[in-house]
Amino acid sequence: MNDEVASAEERADKLQGLGSARKRVEDARFTQGKGDYVDDMKLKGMLHGDFVRSSHAHARIRGIDKDAALALPGVHAVLTAADLKPLNLHYMPTLAGDVQAVLAEEKVLFQGQEVAFIVADDRYVAADAVELVEVDYEPLPVMVDPLKAMDEGAPVLREDLAGKTEGAHGARRHHNHIFTWEVGDAEGTRAALDGAEVVAREFISYQRVHPCPLETCGCVASMDKVNGRLTVWGTFQAPHAVRTVASLISGIPEHKIRIVSPDIGGGFGNKVGVYPGYICAIVASIVTGVPIKWVEDRIENLTATAFARDYHMTGEIAATRDGRITALRAHVIADHGAFDACADPTKFPAGFFSICTGSYDVPVAHVTVDGVYSNKAPGGVAYRCSFRVTEASYFIERMVDVLARKLDIDPAELRLKNLIARDKFPYTSALGWEYDSGDYETAMRKALDAVDYKALRAEQANSRAAFARGETRVLMGIGVSLFTEIVGAGPIKNCDILGLGMFDSCEIRIHPTGSAIARLGTISQGQGHATTFAQILACEIGIPADNITIEEGDTDTAPYGLGTYGSRSTPVAGAATAMAGRKIRAKAQMIAGYLLEVHEGDLEWDVDRFRVKGAPERAKTMAEIAFAAYNQAIPGIEPGLEAVSYYDPPNMTYPFGAYVCVVDIDIDTGVTSTRRFYALDDCGTRINPMIIEGQVHGGLTEALAIAMGQELAYDETGNLGQSTLLDYFLPTAVETPVWETDHTVTPSPHHPIGAKGVGESPNVGGVSAFSNAVNDAFAHLGLTHTQMPHDHWRVWKTAERLGLTG
Amino acid sequence: MAKMHVAMTVNGKQVEALAEPRMLLIHFLREELGLTGAHIGCDTSHCGACTVDLGGRSVKSCTVFVAQADGGEVTTIEGITGKGAALHPLQEAFRTHHGLQCGFCTPGMITRAMRLLAENPDPTDEEIRAGISGNLCRCTGYQNIVKAIRAAATTMAGAKEAAE
Amino acid sequence: MIPGAFEYHRPTSLDEAIALMAINGDAARVLAGGHTLIPMMKLRLAMPEHIIDLQAIEDLRGIGEDGGDLVIGAMTTQQDVIGSGPVARSWPLIIEAATQIADPQVRARGTIGGNLANGDPANDLPAVMLALDAEYRVRGPNGERAIAARDFYRSAFVTALEDGEILASIRVPPSPAGTSYTKQKRKVGDYATAAAAVALAMDGGRCTKAAIALTNVGDTPLLAAEAAAALVGTPVDEAATRAAAEAAMRITQPVADGRGPADFRTHVAGVMTRRAIAAARARAA
Repeated sequence: MNDEVASAEERADKLQGLGSARKRVEDARFTQGKGDYVDDMKLKGMLHGDFVRSSHAHARIRGIDKDAALALPGVHAVLTAADLKPLNLHYMPTLAGDVQAVLAEEKVLFQGQEVAFIVADDRYVAADAVELVEVDYEPLPVMVDPLKAMDEGAPVLREDLAGKTEGAHGARRHHNHIFTWEVGDAEGTRAALDGAEVVAREFISYQRVHPCPLETCGCVASMDKVNGRLTVWGTFQAPHAVRTVASLISGIPEHKIRIVSPDIGGGFGNKVGVYPGYICAIVASIVTGVPIKWVEDRIENLTATAFARDYHMTGEIAATRDGRITALRAHVIADHGAFDACADPTKFPAGFFSICTGSYDVPVAHVTVDGVYSNKAPGGVAYRCSFRVTEASYFIERMVDVLARKLDIDPAELRLKNLIARDKFPYTSALGWEYDSGDYETAMRKALDAVDYKALRAEQANSRAAFARGETRVLMGIGVSLFTEIVGAGPIKNCDILGLGMFDSCEIRIHPTGSAIARLGTISQGQGHATTFAQILACEIGIPADNITIEEGDTDTAPYGLGTYGSRSTPVAGAATAMAGRKIRAKAQMIAGYLLEVHEGDLEWDVDRFRVKGAPERAKTMAEIAFAAYNQAIPGIEPGLEAVSYYDPPNMTYPFGAYVCVVDIDIDTGVTSTRRFYALDDCGTRINPMIIEGQVHGGLTEALAIAMGQELAYDETGNLGQSTLLDYFLPTAVETPVWETDHTVTPSPHHPIGAKGVGESPNVGGVSAFSNAVNDAFAHLGLTHTQMPHDHWRVWKTAERLGLTG
Repeated sequence: MAKMHVAMTVNGKQVEALAEPRMLLIHFLREELGLTGAHIGCDTSHCGACTVDLGGRSVKSCTVFVAQADGGEVTTIEGITGKGAALHPLQEAFRTHHGLQCGFCTPGMITRAMRLLAENPDPTDEEIRAGISGNLCRCTGYQNIVKAIRAAATTMAGAKEAAE
Repeated sequence: MIPGAFEYHRPTSLDEAIALMAINGDAARVLAGGHTLIPMMKLRLAMPEHIIDLQAIEDLRGIGEDGGDLVIGAMTTQQDVIGSGPVARSWPLIIEAATQIADPQVRARGTIGGNLANGDPANDLPAVMLALDAEYRVRGPNGERAIAARDFYRSAFVTALEDGEILASIRVPPSPAGTSYTKQKRKVGDYATAAAAVALAMDGGRCTKAAIALTNVGDTPLLAAEAAAALVGTPVDEAATRAAAEAAMRITQPVADGRGPADFRTHVAGVMTRRAIAAARARAA
């Protein structure tokens, strides 16, 4: 007999599988400055691209004079729409069924829109050339208020859609109308509202913001004319989808295109779509025959790339006098900017906004969303939103608080009264989503106990009295958020991006000496997939995570997937990984049976080996089985040990959480200090607690930024007020509070390892908690709702309106 | 524009090149010298991803002309890794305490932390937060970065004591 | 993101710098710490053809005392000012303000001269120098002269500097014991929504001397003379403080921007004045 075999627990620990706070394999290169980001690339002969962009929000282009730019030494080309038109590339399809100008042809529609693309020796010459291009603009009336977009007499924006009364999502009723999307029971909801004991109504805006990852967007495009192959390295959250789209619009067959996502410095949904810069770089490379690098600067990123939110929501919530919600109605005006470039699944032009009944058992509901055009940058879905879930969750969490005010019931109490009970799962909401699992009551009570909610409310009551007596000028606010979100897009039957079903994939190959490589259809932008997906596999196939290489992002080698955004990697690719791992184990079992000369049915799996039932000392480890796969001629079994799984999830997953935020507002300055923020998340099975905690910290910090200061605001000339980090609020370590994190575990019943995904949750739940806290601070004085962001001046204005600033 | 001759010490090595005076130090380091650790994250000197050590101070290299750095001494993240690929305690601590996710702010953050601890070897959490207020991070929410810097400070103090 | 091209000069003496400025006229700008000029150049809001880098002029650096006054060379970095023992002991107002400028990296390069001389109403130190009644020594093609800080700021980016003149040093008389620089900002690193510099002295429970100056609520730093006068002779109680704050608010003409509308910024100027007065009063004891 060989050495004593370690216990199952010890062997499991060594694997660093599910639940291990495994340290990240990515960190070695990042901490030494050896990451591989797109702007780090330098290819032989590479030229640089840069854009001439419109300073006007809406104007006709009368002419473009490129002569001075072309005469500058080092400038190779100046492309305009006229150069792209013969290739039919002056417009490109968007992910939302619209088209977007790659280079403006007859008019510009938003400040920062791309007008010309310079190709030059280096970025300094390119920048000088940009200054030399003269564009003759004839300004047109500007439209930046989505609430006025469909007024009679509103300026016409999309002349290219003139006469088109049918859009990609149905009928268009006005020249600035994009779509109307509707779900739920209109009649039933109307009747319930009409017959309700109490109805609370509120207009809630979720301001336009921007994901602003620290690395901007960019690419290096290289057309190899000799071999007819196009390679593009770039900041792509969905490399395979980019490859397919690039093939469709360029005519280059897909097998001749390679898309590579190298290290990406944060995505947050900003890097999902295709930008004019990518198309121009590709065209320029085809034209010049050399690699072309295009990397935007921060002003360009904030001005022209995928923004988030800009949802203007009218809510009506009906309830009995003792606080049972009986109906919910929402009407939304959605501002998509000049082109609808929203990265939503095709059938969902308003994303998953219909999750807006949230964690509550709402019997009947109705939602309508009107999308409109404006003279602003195109997009809408981004920034950890899971396709409009941030908007939906903010909507319901504010409406519940608004209702609580109206009924004079404590907001936490009202939530406890209406949350979906644990025995109701799987639960089908009034708007058609089947929530997989949840235990909202446990989460809510745990959160309330952790912060001693009763004591906080008592303290608040005392401090309000002290304020009224003039003893203090600080108002305390307590914000609660009990959110449910929907992630893991998604089942092919209803989730596709441009016709590509939203499955995902994992392909695994075990090497003879017992280590492995696995490739996925997703791509990390900081989420640590190389670390966590190895953990999933380690559990399934009994090989230590340290011995499993995870690769993503190269479309030549990775199996087809729809990429990483909307917290879909764990629910979809994570499931594919587990399933592929199980296929490996199934074959391994057959090999083990052969090696141990028993029927495979007489074997049982024990962490990292198969043992003979009843004779446990007779076993084969996965490492031994791996070698045998390359070494033994086994009747009926092919050599090698590999498997691939393409996973079509049966449903979305529904992570949830309960957050409590305590703030102190200095009424004289409008400054809000976060005293405490407690976040309890339930993402089902927890793969790596350290990474989950990091995701929550990061998402909460983004939520703080959104709630307390971020906005992309346009003046009446369409000039953007926040095009640099001087004015676009990114908190530093000083403004960011200490986050307290906690968890419960309610596995997803349909997911192979019960995991739900967590990346979006803190942004979804966090914004509501902060905003509810600020609103709560003034609630006793009659405030029903004040719009975000809750920056100093707006908070002070609220105080002023309530008569507190005298 | 005519180029000028610049010479400086970078990570202990003498380098020289011809560069336009207007070339930003960050571009010189990344493109001329191939030291791509420090990154560019903004246009207005806010984000700190470009932080290097110049003349013994933490400096945003996007706000320095290479001409100004002529004759100077620069340390980048590539120069912080210990001899024989031994990691600096900050690099170890960032890994141990999950002080990074996408990695883009990390070289600037660690380079800044190195100088911060040189100036203040035993900082409180508040001093750490103020000390890294010139370095933005979008992924981590700073909490684990503060933990990592605090842990590195302890390690480095211990090593110093042991050496004395 | 990419600045325009220029010719670079690094004179080793102030006279050489002045000569270079004279030769090149409007096409030349001096470069101190660069953290105002270089960001402007990167946005191409400034496109000087000649840059006169002052870093090699040793005479422009240093912190010393002369007959009870503080003398600081214009090229002294904020970091060095903050680290100065003498300044900490006797002119803490300067340090309190300098510490609230931008962030550590900017302070490592940014100079006191740069912060004072370019006339940007958002800079913090000008109000401090107004409150402390400092004097700027400038040198130009016509020689050297002294200009009172209180006479230096004309309008946004317009100062008393004549063509070709360079700020060489700053002389600060002894500071009263009670000082405070109170600044409200959206985040660390931001310019002030409004800030107040207060310097006052108390004797026998009465204010004997006071100066108040405001940052970023007008097109120059604002000396709030009437506000200060409202404190002198009083115990700096609630009534006097309120009078001072109201007087301070009356002289503000803030720009509406991301920090807020004009009325909010004026209001904050009042609050900062109040809080700075209270802090200064406590320190004057």
